[in-house]
Amino acid sequence: MTETILNIEGLKTYFFTEAGIVKAVDNISFNLKKGESLGLVGESGSGKTVTALSVLRIVPKPGRTIDGKVEFNGDDLFKKTEKEMQRIRGSEIAIIFQDPSSSLNPVYNVETQLRDVIMAHQTVSKTEARKKVIELLKVVGIPEAETRMREYPHQFSGGMKQRVAIARALACEPTLLFADEPTTNLDVTIQVQVLNLLNDLKKKFGMTLVIITHDMGIIAEMTTRIVVLYAGRVCEIAKTYDLFERPRHPYTEALLAAVPRLDMRKTLRIIPGNIPNLIEPPSGCRFHPRCDYAEQICKERVPVLEKIEPGHFVACHKWQNIRLKGERSH
Amino acid sequence: MAKYPFKRREKPLTRSDLIKVKNLVKYFPVYSRGVLLKKQMGIVHAVDDINFDIRRKETFGLVGESGCGKTTTARLLLNLIEPTSGEVFFEEENIFEKFQSANKKEKLKLRRKMQLIFQNPYGSLDPRMTVFDLIAEPFVIHKHIPKNQWKDKVYELLELVGLEEYHAERYPHEFSGGQRQRICIARALAVEPEFLIADEPVSSLDVSIRAQILNLLGELQERIGLTYLYISHDLSSVRQISHRVAVMYLGEIVELADTDELFKEPLHPYTKALIQAVPIPDPKTKTMKIFLLGEVPSPINPPSGCRFHPRCPHAKPVCKEKKSALLVINPKHMVACHLSNPRMRMHF
Repeated sequence: MTETILNIEGLKTYFFTEAGIVKAVDNISFNLKKGESLGLVGESGSGKTVTALSVLRIVPKPGRTIDGKVEFNGDDLFKKTEKEMQRIRGSEIAIIFQDPSSSLNPVYNVETQLRDVIMAHQTVSKTEARKKVIELLKVVGIPEAETRMREYPHQFSGGMKQRVAIARALACEPTLLFADEPTTNLDVTIQVQVLNLLNDLKKKFGMTLVIITHDMGIIAEMTTRIVVLYAGRVCEIAKTYDLFERPRHPYTEALLAAVPRLDMRKTLRIIPGNIPNLIEPPSGCRFHPRCDYAEQICKERVPVLEKIEPGHFVACHKWQNIRLKGERSH
Repeated sequence: MAKYPFKRREKPLTRSDLIKVKNLVKYFPVYSRGVLLKKQMGIVHAVDDINFDIRRKETFGLVGESGCGKTTTARLLLNLIEPTSGEVFFEEENIFEKFQSANKKEKLKLRRKMQLIFQNPYGSLDPRMTVFDLIAEPFVIHKHIPKNQWKDKVYELLELVGLEEYHAERYPHEFSGGQRQRICIARALAVEPEFLIADEPVSSLDVSIRAQILNLLGELQERIGLTYLYISHDLSSVRQISHRVAVMYLGEIVELADTDELFKEPLHPYTKALIQAVPIPDPKTKTMKIFLLGEVPSPINPPSGCRFHPRCPHAKPVCKEKKSALLVINPKHMVACHLSNPRMRMHF
């Protein structure tokens, strides 16, 4: 059994807005093994980004983590002081955001932004830090690093900006990296380059990688294990192969049947309805209003995450009784 | 919403063309900053000599990466911008000449035949108008429906796109992205068009909602015989709903073929690279490969010869010098690449 690097238990992060309490993350538990690539899948409002922000304790106001435990290498992150957290952010756990144009500071050049990260976490001189910056930019594949590092973010293209953002996240060689929709704004041919880069860097630095996305294609290519989120709760946790071959949760199954594929044309299945409002989420299982298999019990009781086989967990009342169409015949 | 799953009509397609595009060119001049001494700095080759036709009742897909000229093509087809040169025929009529010579009434009549759906349903609906007003706005402009029938017509359109009658009294902010896109579609259909351009209609929607809209577009085509130009950078959705597909690169069409043929046997190195770059949602098929290095060059000074040559793994000196014409490989497949030209074989 490999070592657990991150253990999240009963995490609850709510946003206290004027309209009411938005339960963005409502009792999420899962763990991360050292060196794995975990996919955090869900649609907008499923709580995937807020989970990552909660781990780093950078949930924006009016959001607050009200309950739960996050253990990083055995230490409870919620018991750390703000100062200790600052040390961990960036040097131990780093994050890459979806939109590099808004996560990079437009008024500083790339060198300054990267150097600041290094000098905040390590006691090095400015010259040493500069050397490190050049090295980093080379690692992420930016040509002519010495001259380009003096340029500002607007002088870089989308793909190059994301490389800079990756370089910044890697500046202090974190052991855990969250990549939040790292390629959503990029073109496909650039997307492959960035994803491959992430894979190479993961191997090179022996990082643990969490990829947050709604793109089932990226998940299939990049991860070994998947956590499926829906409306702030975990639906299903499984190894990538098992999840695609034998999805057990009706939502996972419907999601897989609803995405078009490049290599074949198929009848797209429609998931009826819309993503629920998280101020007044549906009672019981939050997926029940859109679920084909829902029964009375699904409206009344919240399903617990059950282990159905080694490494495969499902939160559904009916998983034993239903025969999912997901048992696909190829 | 209709319950039956939509299946894309396979064949036969009528061979009559609704739209014909001939040598269409659009350049945008770029000026230096300054008020008095504006100087032209260069020309963006947004669309450069493209030819294609769209048949009646088909879905014609247009794919390419950002900046390749997809949206400019759409705007040219609707005469929202004027072309630098070239012609677009709609039902055998040259629309540019028509728009120049016609009076207001005739122009409106032509406008009614073609409509556009935008990518972002959050930005394209006026937040201060109710859904009823939004859908009835085209009636006000085009006056093609008497006022006493507006209500019935709006309800009919709502039903057509899978919304309910009571939605008519609500405002856009009360709807989710998918529902808003339905409202946009209803609005476009209010003038009873024949031709609908869908510019990235599902890109800003959630994955579980995308299938709803893609299926709706398919159903509408079956029910009212629409012709679509479907513009997207997402190859998977293009494959799902298009009958024929054109691939664009830096303002030019590099390959045009029937959908299945294009995805099974792509000929242009760029098309191959695009297809290989798309991750497939199945862990058994690990296909994602880097095939292309670098990035799309600037359309201000596009590369000489074949515009793809600086990134092409097969490029030879001839590609730098000479641009390939769109070669007809078989009646269903055209490609602009020297590699597929038997007469250029000695160069490779």
